[in-house]
Amino acid sequence: MSKKMPSTPMLDQLESGPWPSFVTGLKRLADGEGKRSNDIMKGLLGQLEHSYQTRKGYWKGGTVGVFGYGAGVIPRFSEVAEQYPESSEFHTLRIMPAPGFFYDTKTLRQMCDIWEEHGSGLIALHGQSGDIMFQGCRTDQVQPAWDKINEMGFDMGGAGAGVRTAASCIGPARCEQACFDTLRAHRTIINDFTDDIHRPSLPYKLKFKFSGCANDCANATQRADIAILGTWRDDMQVDQAEIQAKVKQLGRKEFINQVIRMCPTQALGLNDDNTLDVDNKSCVRCMHCINVCTKALKPGTDRGICILAGGKRTLKIGDLMGSVIVPFMKLDTDEDYAELLDLAHRALDFFADNALEHERTGEMIERIGLTNYLEGLGLELDVNMVTQPRTNSYVRTDGWDEEAAKWNARKPNAAE
Amino acid sequence: MSELRRPIESGVPDSKQFMHPALVRNYGQWAWHDRPRPGVLRHVSKTGEQVFTVKAGTQRQLDVFTIRRLCDIADTFCDGHIRFTIRSSVEFMTTDEAQVEPLIKRLEAEGFPVGGTGNSVGFISHTQGWLHCDIPGTDASGVVKALMDELVDEFRGEEMPNRVKITTSCCQINCGGQGDIAINIQHTKPPVINHALVAGVCERPTVIARCPVAAIRPALVDGKPSLEVDEKKCVCCGACYPPCPPMQINDPIHSKIAIWVGGKHSSTRTKPMFHKLVAAGLPNNAPRWPEVAAVVKTILTAYKNDARPWERMGEWIERIGWPRFFEATQLPFTKYHVDTWRGGRANLNTSAHLHF
Repeated sequence: MSKKMPSTPMLDQLESGPWPSFVTGLKRLADGEGKRSNDIMKGLLGQLEHSYQTRKGYWKGGTVGVFGYGAGVIPRFSEVAEQYPESSEFHTLRIMPAPGFFYDTKTLRQMCDIWEEHGSGLIALHGQSGDIMFQGCRTDQVQPAWDKINEMGFDMGGAGAGVRTAASCIGPARCEQACFDTLRAHRTIINDFTDDIHRPSLPYKLKFKFSGCANDCANATQRADIAILGTWRDDMQVDQAEIQAKVKQLGRKEFINQVIRMCPTQALGLNDDNTLDVDNKSCVRCMHCINVCTKALKPGTDRGICILAGGKRTLKIGDLMGSVIVPFMKLDTDEDYAELLDLAHRALDFFADNALEHERTGEMIERIGLTNYLEGLGLELDVNMVTQPRTNSYVRTDGWDEEAAKWNARKPNAAE
Repeated sequence: MSELRRPIESGVPDSKQFMHPALVRNYGQWAWHDRPRPGVLRHVSKTGEQVFTVKAGTQRQLDVFTIRRLCDIADTFCDGHIRFTIRSSVEFMTTDEAQVEPLIKRLEAEGFPVGGTGNSVGFISHTQGWLHCDIPGTDASGVVKALMDELVDEFRGEEMPNRVKITTSCCQINCGGQGDIAINIQHTKPPVINHALVAGVCERPTVIARCPVAAIRPALVDGKPSLEVDEKKCVCCGACYPPCPPMQINDPIHSKIAIWVGGKHSSTRTKPMFHKLVAAGLPNNAPRWPEVAAVVKTILTAYKNDARPWERMGEWIERIGWPRFFEATQLPFTKYHVDTWRGGRANLNTSAHLHF
């Protein structure tokens, strides 16, 4: 069945210009005969042009999967299949990459060969979910494509109301600012939750993301139900000679403007000899000065993680940032990792037991209150969990004495 | 049918098997980094070993031919190792400084712009759109391509006050996340309901529960169970559409594009911020969305000209005040900018701090 390239006058306008063009890529896949991808892409180009002309999408979901799993394939059936039969089924396989998105070319080439044979030849690196998106597969090719990808050592990602594929920053692989091993934490948690990824049975999705410091390169704070961010407890590391070099490079005024004045807690001062005065007790580990003075400043050496829970976007109750549920914990030893895993499981179990249908962790916390969530997870209250104490008096405080006693009993450990 | 293969439930693979050996050698041992030029990072280990990273933009939606070309480059320059960033840029690493310039030349010659480091406009976070999503109000790849064509110089350079993260989202679910500039679909009319299909396709209590303003109720239409929308209450968010496709929210004319600014995930300097609505009602004008590009460029120009070094978009606006933002960009300020959702009072000015 030889088929002509569809006419795509609107898409063609996206072939010019300096940025790499996805349209040129789609056409290259469509151009030719004999390969499965050639025909699928001719149909796809036709349907996409139709979307551009009519400003409407024409995909609907359905039920397609692989043997043994209940999620990970995103089914797409065309609503205009009669016009574009070649791409009437255009499913996506979500495959989890190695944490940090590392590849060797042998692996990528092998993936390309598989996808050219079984799919459309179109691969997104990567989807917003953090998955490799093998896009454009007919139903009958989903299982054979998956078998080959799985045999390579890759596993399917999450979809629907389960634990989702995670994302992490590059971490200690190439960043001196990483306060914990984001890649190990990512792999440890995700690989312990494969059942909840592949057989979703939660009220709604649950996402973990891992960033090595407050710069949050993995966009965890608002995009993960459980955001794990690196921080440190001791003093920031300062190389005063490098500070003096930086002052010389920027000039004293600019150094003050760009470093000292930008400190959110006014924890910095510039000494008369152009060395840095750091009030570490006031420092909130925001990373700004470290970002500007990459040679002179580094996080301290007593590093670990903080955990923020409840980040999500608008639907249903409105946007929520994650908020602190663990201000600090160490993450060095196998025991530390076991403790993190245990906490992650408590978070998942509590969510599974208490969230309403289609409710995210943040919405559940909003509904039940943070203190109930902490109690449910067995976490201790910490002043770092609030921006400020409550400002309204509508609260029943007849348990005050017991609560104050609890706090006082913890005091010897308050430095922990 | 032959016996089905049970999946190997292996989870994510170990990254170290794919990493450049220099990264494995110096894992956790990095001392500092700098940027010798835009698009290039140098990381120096405590042992003194250096790794140079050259970063380039891609189209994210990659055909196998393009991936193989990237692999060829990695085989030539990086011993077959390659990495992608969270925003779909590609990174090539080498320990050999002499390879950096040839690598840059090769990438540029093959059409991959080198940049996206430091205080640049990074690649736009990219959703699925008409290409693959089941509920898209617009395309993603086309919007991103059209905008990056316009912003490529800002990707290649490092001339912004701080990094600029732009996001796009094809519906109000906002898969693109927070952005210094977020370009999102904003529907302006309630869903159009195909009552003949509702009973057969939609689980009605689920759909009713999804509505954030309780505007959906059960109804009997032409003798069939269906749903109706209280159009006075409806905020046109489209939340009912995914669980009930017969409640069509997408409209070629009335699904508009809105622009939001000042969002960020990082806790660097200021706490993380949500992006704020600044413009709406822009047409969904495929294939190049020129009206959107014009507003984005206006905002970027104002930010570039006026922000102090290291101020993110939202921090700049917090300092200069919203009156000056609207003055600098000449965007209209309307009643729709005033937050009326729950908790919205926090966005009112409860002070005598005024800008004139």
